[in-house]
Amino acid sequence: MDYTTLIEILGSTLRLGTPLLLACIAGLYSERAGIFDIGLEGKMLMAAMASGAVAALSGSAWIGLAAGITASLLFAAIHGLASITFRGNQLISGVALNFVASGATILIAQTAFGQGGRTPPLDGAARFQAITLPFAEALSGVPFLGPFYAKVISGQSLLVYLALAIVPATWWLLYRTRFGLRLRAVGENPESVDTAGVSVIRLRYTAVALTGVLCGIAGAYMATSLQAGFGREMTAGRGYIALAALIFAKWRPWQALWATMLFGFLQALALRPDVIEAMSPGSLTIPVSFLDALPYLLTVIVLAGFVGRAIPPRAGGQPYVKER
Amino acid sequence: MASATETGRQATAAPAPRPPAIELRGISKSFGAVQANKDISIRVRPGTIHGIVGENGAGKSTLMSILYGFYRADAGEILIDGRPTVIPDSQSAIRAGIGMVFQHFKLVPNFSVLENVILGAEDGALLRPSLAKARKTLADLARDYELDVDPDALVEELSVGHQQRVEILKALYRHADILILDEPTGVLTPDEADHLFRILRGLKAQGKTILLITHKLREIMEITDEVSVMRRGEMVATVTTADTSPEQLAELMVGRKVLLHVPKGPANPGREVLRVSDLHVTDALGVERLKGINLTIRAGEILGIAGVAGNGQSELLQVLGGFAKGTVSGMIAVEGAQIPAAGKGATGQTRRQIGISHVPEDRHHLGLILDFAAWENIAFGYHSAPEYQANALFMDNDAILRDTEGKMDRFDVRPPDPSLPAKSFSGGNQQKIVLAREIERNPVLLLVGQPTRGVDIGAIEFIHRRIVELRDAGAAVLLVSVELDEILSLSDRIAVMFDGQIMGERLPAETNERELGLLMAGVARTAGAA
Repeated sequence: MDYTTLIEILGSTLRLGTPLLLACIAGLYSERAGIFDIGLEGKMLMAAMASGAVAALSGSAWIGLAAGITASLLFAAIHGLASITFRGNQLISGVALNFVASGATILIAQTAFGQGGRTPPLDGAARFQAITLPFAEALSGVPFLGPFYAKVISGQSLLVYLALAIVPATWWLLYRTRFGLRLRAVGENPESVDTAGVSVIRLRYTAVALTGVLCGIAGAYMATSLQAGFGREMTAGRGYIALAALIFAKWRPWQALWATMLFGFLQALALRPDVIEAMSPGSLTIPVSFLDALPYLLTVIVLAGFVGRAIPPRAGGQPYVKER
Repeated sequence: MASATETGRQATAAPAPRPPAIELRGISKSFGAVQANKDISIRVRPGTIHGIVGENGAGKSTLMSILYGFYRADAGEILIDGRPTVIPDSQSAIRAGIGMVFQHFKLVPNFSVLENVILGAEDGALLRPSLAKARKTLADLARDYELDVDPDALVEELSVGHQQRVEILKALYRHADILILDEPTGVLTPDEADHLFRILRGLKAQGKTILLITHKLREIMEITDEVSVMRRGEMVATVTTADTSPEQLAELMVGRKVLLHVPKGPANPGREVLRVSDLHVTDALGVERLKGINLTIRAGEILGIAGVAGNGQSELLQVLGGFAKGTVSGMIAVEGAQIPAAGKGATGQTRRQIGISHVPEDRHHLGLILDFAAWENIAFGYHSAPEYQANALFMDNDAILRDTEGKMDRFDVRPPDPSLPAKSFSGGNQQKIVLAREIERNPVLLLVGQPTRGVDIGAIEFIHRRIVELRDAGAAVLLVSVELDEILSLSDRIAVMFDGQIMGERLPAETNERELGLLMAGVARTAGAA
């Protein structure tokens, strides 16, 4: 594999890793607050459909993004209601929402556009376009780093940069602010927060809402930037991969970045059978379907606990009941 | 009481004495049909340590929860420093100057001490200034009140005593003038408890008011100025500590005369029943829990094992009871015959067959199946006993029911209903069910762990009597308890465990709590010291 190919793969790693990163950070907020959210997938899917549809109708990617966030927030609100207010089982609520999303997206898209459950293809202002960063052209001649800057860092969609900015922002919020301290506390021992006179309910709803917003951006990115429109089941398990990455990252923001980019790299590799073929020894050929399966295999390996002990937030999954 | 009323009335007059720090007037609270608090009135003088005692379920916790804003009272008034105060939530309690140290700490284990202290009391959206301020305040408090804790240590790495200090620091950091402590010494060594009392006296000297909830009458006598007694949701008396006695308090709590120390004659030790030599247990994590235990118990004597929880007592009971976890080595002999310490031949069943009965420390998990009826629990473990069999295939449930009725009668289990699930009984009555099952098998050796944990003072007397009676009938008894009072009053010999070893053996008549406390803390006594 030559350097040009590597640069190409890294560029698509970033593109493919972005929805994973957004969903992973989304899950981080919720789980750090003690609410397990297996419904990242469903929220992304709803957001992708809503943003694809609204962007197609309005011709504006921004309005599409707003619609995606709204749709995702709606699902987050239902999950919050079920798991915080009504103290239901968080896994069941999440799984149910995933099923609803899977069916509802196709139904709505088919009813509205009659194109087999997809939304019309987007172009122009209805999509987030690639942004060329300053000096990308000028610096591309610099050996080694030049192409990296021009082809990997530059030329991405605005939402990719937003996702990257969210990583340090989340770290800062989590470890340097009052909100972060309380958020981490409520996921570890909600009683400590309650007896300190802070509302457990409000904190958890805030966290779930943040999860909704970030899943909304992730879904909108899928439909209006990574691809040109919504297609049925287009999230393809990314919500679950993001959960695996979250465990891999041990619920920490910077580690979430590296973990999701690793998954993104595997997905990027799966798109380049030519590279794999060139690297395969002798007559042995690696089937493309194996490459497609790689990120999911890694997910299983991570979830099975082969990456060392990951201690989840201690109060995770348990509804808070005030008692003495 | 009359003069106290007057001071309350004239609270507004200029140089009048301070009004009560806390005054409750006619507080009532019901949960469904259960009235947890009935018309409670109490005055707590400022700058005093005020004790509240009562049996489990007497309504102490409900009352404290009302004070800390967990529950709203159905009726009644709360006055803090003479001002009527409404406390709908914990935030309001904190604002009113009330700080609470719960029995189960409300700390975030993987946060530092500083982070725990500022949680909920931050000064702004950013943490840095709050942390700096808290660091300084903590240093001041440590100096003033012997409240030393490393501000940067993670709470999960602190000892229980230090965690409790963090809870006190949390309250003081929030400018609490009234400190409520719920069963604060339950988890402490005698040394740590002494330190806590020094802290409390220091706080009192600074004018803080302290409300101490405990069931340990000795502590009430030692540290409080006044004490209020609750019984079945009512406040039955408030007395000056100096004018009362543990016996009087116990009688007020239970509503009848209670013997705090069960009378028992001298032991009459017979043949050797249990011999344990060089017993080692290493748990699954590779930590050595028992490091060479040697002990013997004779027929007709009670060997008490004292020690702070977690020093190997549980592992000792597990090995002897036949359900050791981890790697075991060493020798156990019962009535001269060696028995397997672990492995296939060491099960609860084989232990029972040779006459070892076991009243486990954790009756909710090991002693009972809470969802099963009392009669099923009575049969449990002895379900293959011949008298419980109808024929080769079926059990004789009627026989078990009849047997249970008899046991409930003899052990005064209330309510005497064999078909009630075990979880519906109070702690004391649950323990009586377990005791009835184990004691009435006339064991040669009774293993009993924490027999009166969570048990009311009236039932304690009964349970202690039964254990002594079993001894007098010629059984050997191994008693494990973290309550020194219990060890001292029941044991014929006392062995103190620390860090998986027996630090020494003492006769109850020739030792005291101080000496035992030192042994429990791992300080070996030099020969000849008192």
